[in-house]
Amino acid sequence: MAAGFKTVEPLEYYRRFLKENCRPDGRELGEFRTTTVNIGSISTADGSALVKLGNTTVICGIKAEFAAPPTDAPDKGYVVPNVDLPPLCSSRFRSGPPGEEAQVASQFIADVIENSQIIQKEDLCISPGKLSWVLYCDIICLDYDGNILDACTFALLAALKNVQLPEVTINEETGLAEVNLKKKSYLNIRTHPVATSFAVFDDTLLIVDPTGEEEHLATGTLTVVMDEEGKLCCLHKPGGSGLTGAKLQDCMSRAVTRHKEVKKLMDEVIKSMKPK
Amino acid sequence: VEGAMQADAKIRTESATESGPRGPSCSLRHFACEQNLLSRPDGSASFLQGDTSVLAGVYGPAEVKVSKEIFNKATLEVILRPKIGLPGVAEKSRERLIRNTCEAVVLGTLHPRTSITVVLQVVSDAGSLLACCLNAACMALVDAGVPMRALFCGVTCALNADGTLVLDPTAKQEKEARAVLTLALDSVERKLLMSTTKGLYSDAELQQCLAAAQAASQHVFRFYRESLQRRYSKS
Repeated sequence: MAAGFKTVEPLEYYRRFLKENCRPDGRELGEFRTTTVNIGSISTADGSALVKLGNTTVICGIKAEFAAPPTDAPDKGYVVPNVDLPPLCSSRFRSGPPGEEAQVASQFIADVIENSQIIQKEDLCISPGKLSWVLYCDIICLDYDGNILDACTFALLAALKNVQLPEVTINEETGLAEVNLKKKSYLNIRTHPVATSFAVFDDTLLIVDPTGEEEHLATGTLTVVMDEEGKLCCLHKPGGSGLTGAKLQDCMSRAVTRHKEVKKLMDEVIKSMKPK
Repeated sequence: VEGAMQADAKIRTESATESGPRGPSCSLRHFACEQNLLSRPDGSASFLQGDTSVLAGVYGPAEVKVSKEIFNKATLEVILRPKIGLPGVAEKSRERLIRNTCEAVVLGTLHPRTSITVVLQVVSDAGSLLACCLNAACMALVDAGVPMRALFCGVTCALNADGTLVLDPTAKQEKEARAVLTLALDSVERKLLMSTTKGLYSDAELQQCLAAAQAASQHVFRFYRESLQRRYSKS
């Protein structure tokens, strides 16, 4: 009978739960789903990570290639993110050129990388004006159940921590690059941005980590990206119901606690990895 | 053409807030707005902020494709065309921001199974582009007579490395700033409808920007009201 009610009046069904300060899957309003992360699973990529946030599954693979540095910044490399939402992850996506959701997510990840200065692009330069690294970060969603931005940011961060670049020297006589695959070093990750997403219900209630259904019923969404010093890298609120300054303050404090949880999880996983 | 009333309201607005320990200098650039300048769209507006200029046209409520129709609401669509080049991923992201902001204020339930299209063309970009787009979209929606529960406006704040706040920055100020925040506020309760930010900043600075934006939005809404009053008082 509950299933029937849910199909006919999904919003009312949800409101019944929200009145009791909980959600249909049993979570509190401020509780995240179980987060699991698996680092280094793709052997053909230079760095990879798989993140599961409840049912939402996102995998990030990073490949490093050579490129000539940009002419207006000869001592910098490139970081090129791309978020792909294939028809596999949800019935709402069709095959073909990237839809709006994928483009918005790609732009969001590019903004996070740019704003948080997660890696210095100067670190990616091998020889100024001649050769630099370009990191192609491909983030693919395998299962779409809401809160894609949080999962993508976490997957990107974990994969970047896993990337090992070989040492490259430029041979003076031939001018060609010589790659020493035996000597690899990790990237210098300067900050750890962590995203926390909220959904706004009925213009007043804020819930954390919305599932796919909750996102559909929500009247607005908000994503806060914070780094470890409590500085905000990105406050992404694409329209939706209005929020007061006080509500924003609550979101910030939740984002701070989430950052600690995620950082602890990631450090544990990296420590537990056996060196290659 | 009959009915092509042009309201040219040029108001220089200056809002000087009391200088706190950082002494913010808050002054918005020269505004100008023209409505009903295009003949084909149902509503159109051109919004100028300093040297930044955006032209907006609204078609709707009009017929909608069956694949896009929503049974109980109007389908809102926003198209943003840059000044040069083809629209890319950044434009798609901005279109989503503007569309969601409009969806929050437009009373879509009054026109189910219809489409409302907002087309924005960047005429010149000298800083604070997204805010100018939002203002132009709002004025064009008003000109088209689309029912809305509130008006909205866009305000851009730039935070410099020393912590000073500059409202409505020019392109040069945006480049030199440590962080640039674009906020959309509604006219009824001055709540935050949309925000998109660039750069690093702290929580306290966010609250400061929000307060400054709320103060600045007063001027923008007063400008909207005066320009509309001027337009309708002539007829």
